[in-house]
Amino acid sequence: MMTQTIPKPPDGISTSLVTARGLTKSFGEGNARISVLKGVDLDVFMGEVLLLVGPSGSGKTTLLSVIAGILDADEGELSILEQSITNFSAAAKTQFRRDYLSFVFQQYNLLPTLTAAENAAVPLFIRGVPKKMALETAAEILAELGMGERLQSLPSKLSGGEQQRVAIARALVGDPRLLLCDEPTASLDGETGHKVVEQLQHIGKRSNRAVIIVTHDSRIFEFGDRIVHMEDGQIDQVQHVNGEPT
Amino acid sequence: MNFVALKMLFGDRAKYLMLLAGLTFSTMLIVQQGSIFWGLMMYSQSGISNINAPVWVTDPNINQVDEVKPLADTAVTVVRSVPGVEWAVPLYKGVQRARLADGNYQQISLVGLDTATLLGRPHTVFEGAIEELRSPDTVVLDQWAVERLGGPDVIKLGTVFEINDRKARVVGIADTQKSFQNIPFVYTTYERALSYSPPERRKLSYVIAKPIPGVSPESLARRIEAETALGAYTDEEFSWKTIRWVLKNTGIGVNFGTTVLLGFIVGMAISGQTFYLFTVENLKQFGALKAIGASTGMLARMILLQSFLVGFIGYGMGVGLATIFGLTAASNEQLPFVETWPLLGGVFVALLGICSLSSAISIRKLAKLEPAIVFRG
Repeated sequence: MMTQTIPKPPDGISTSLVTARGLTKSFGEGNARISVLKGVDLDVFMGEVLLLVGPSGSGKTTLLSVIAGILDADEGELSILEQSITNFSAAAKTQFRRDYLSFVFQQYNLLPTLTAAENAAVPLFIRGVPKKMALETAAEILAELGMGERLQSLPSKLSGGEQQRVAIARALVGDPRLLLCDEPTASLDGETGHKVVEQLQHIGKRSNRAVIIVTHDSRIFEFGDRIVHMEDGQIDQVQHVNGEPT
Repeated sequence: MNFVALKMLFGDRAKYLMLLAGLTFSTMLIVQQGSIFWGLMMYSQSGISNINAPVWVTDPNINQVDEVKPLADTAVTVVRSVPGVEWAVPLYKGVQRARLADGNYQQISLVGLDTATLLGRPHTVFEGAIEELRSPDTVVLDQWAVERLGGPDVIKLGTVFEINDRKARVVGIADTQKSFQNIPFVYTTYERALSYSPPERRKLSYVIAKPIPGVSPESLARRIEAETALGAYTDEEFSWKTIRWVLKNTGIGVNFGTTVLLGFIVGMAISGQTFYLFTVENLKQFGALKAIGASTGMLARMILLQSFLVGFIGYGMGVGLATIFGLTAASNEQLPFVETWPLLGGVFVALLGICSLSSAISIRKLAKLEPAIVFRG
């Protein structure tokens, strides 16, 4: 079996962190076949927080999954950090995700039998970082997110906002270049949701990084740099926050 | 990720205990039933193991040790004439009736040893001396005979009872392995055994022999077969022949085999189902791990670690419980119980099979798992 090697992305060569061209994706067969993405072109720039919005079924989550490399596009080209990942093997995509991407899920997906610190350290465990070092790093990030007192708490003992902060810590612990968030505020009250998005915005503003947030939550639109509206599998409108639609 | 796998396993206490209970029960059942089965097989060949002889010369058509087919008296001299024989002596073996002082009758397995040498004598004599058999009307009983004939208060050195209306005086109590039919062994001299037994044309049950140094029992047995047209077996060959006969002609093998299979299936069903449930209930978490960058191979290793660890713990507990059973319920050989290394090895392999199959079901599920599942609300 041929192994694809993934060279480290050169820092600062391009301002575009994600480049998608003509992405299509369908599900089902024959008459039941549904086109979910119909030729999507998208650039995500470094230091940007991009919001993907649109009605249910418009293709937001599918686009996020394709960018994450956990769904294969039927057609089109996708580059992340100047690596064309379209033709990567499944194993190479897994390795790429492990090294450069991270995720915040709507349902957090924390492991119920691991403490907050252990959950946050999971990406480092996957990379083979020694347990002690991984837990120390996770504890530092959790402390930055105001969770320093809850390191040993199990997810069942944490509120929704606290669980989401653990999930964010898990997303940050591996120092990712691209953070992909799926409805990160959907299960949170307004105030907690604002705090979470502020933290995500703070991350996106760091150099050479970007954040993509799929959301229905209009309360957080003000935190994005651009808002990409999707409709029926296509990008309908791109709006610069505090600017004109393009 | 071993640490994460272990926390997942031990953290879900209910499923962990269910898995452990299934594998422990399965192991205990297989070890316990296997040990009783093997104990019974050892009982079945006690007629051989209680007579210490390297080579047994028999009728060529004999099936098993308790199915005596008497030989001509000349067989002893014929065997002695075969090159490589150090000694060959006659042996009487037959079931007779003992009449107790209280008038009750009890079956005994009468063994007649060569008077001059007492070759084939039991290894251990608890009380008295085997050499006393050279005195008139004397017998040496085993511990089971003491128990069956009235207990230690009734049967002791000097006690007199009757075998087929002839007087028998106890001069020793020996240690033997219990027989399959639970008929106690009574040792005496060959000539006296003939006098105790009813008249028959042929009374020589077996000739037992030993090879000279440098000749193996196997080669001597083959030589005797070739030169005398009699049957000849090493004690081990004769034991296995007897065990095979018991397995073929009784339902023991099928009965115990069914229970052992049941143990395997119960272990398989409980652990397989519990593991599968464990995986299905954590599907989103596994999907998240896959999305974060855990490969299918890494998740498979986690599942295998969980499965085999709980398997090893269950094996240890199952063997431990079966051994405790053996040491208590089966103590004093009230129940046949022989726990052997091959049995423990076999159960270990069976348990590895259970763990592997249980893991395979879960790993298959994880291999097909699309990490995109984590983005579906």
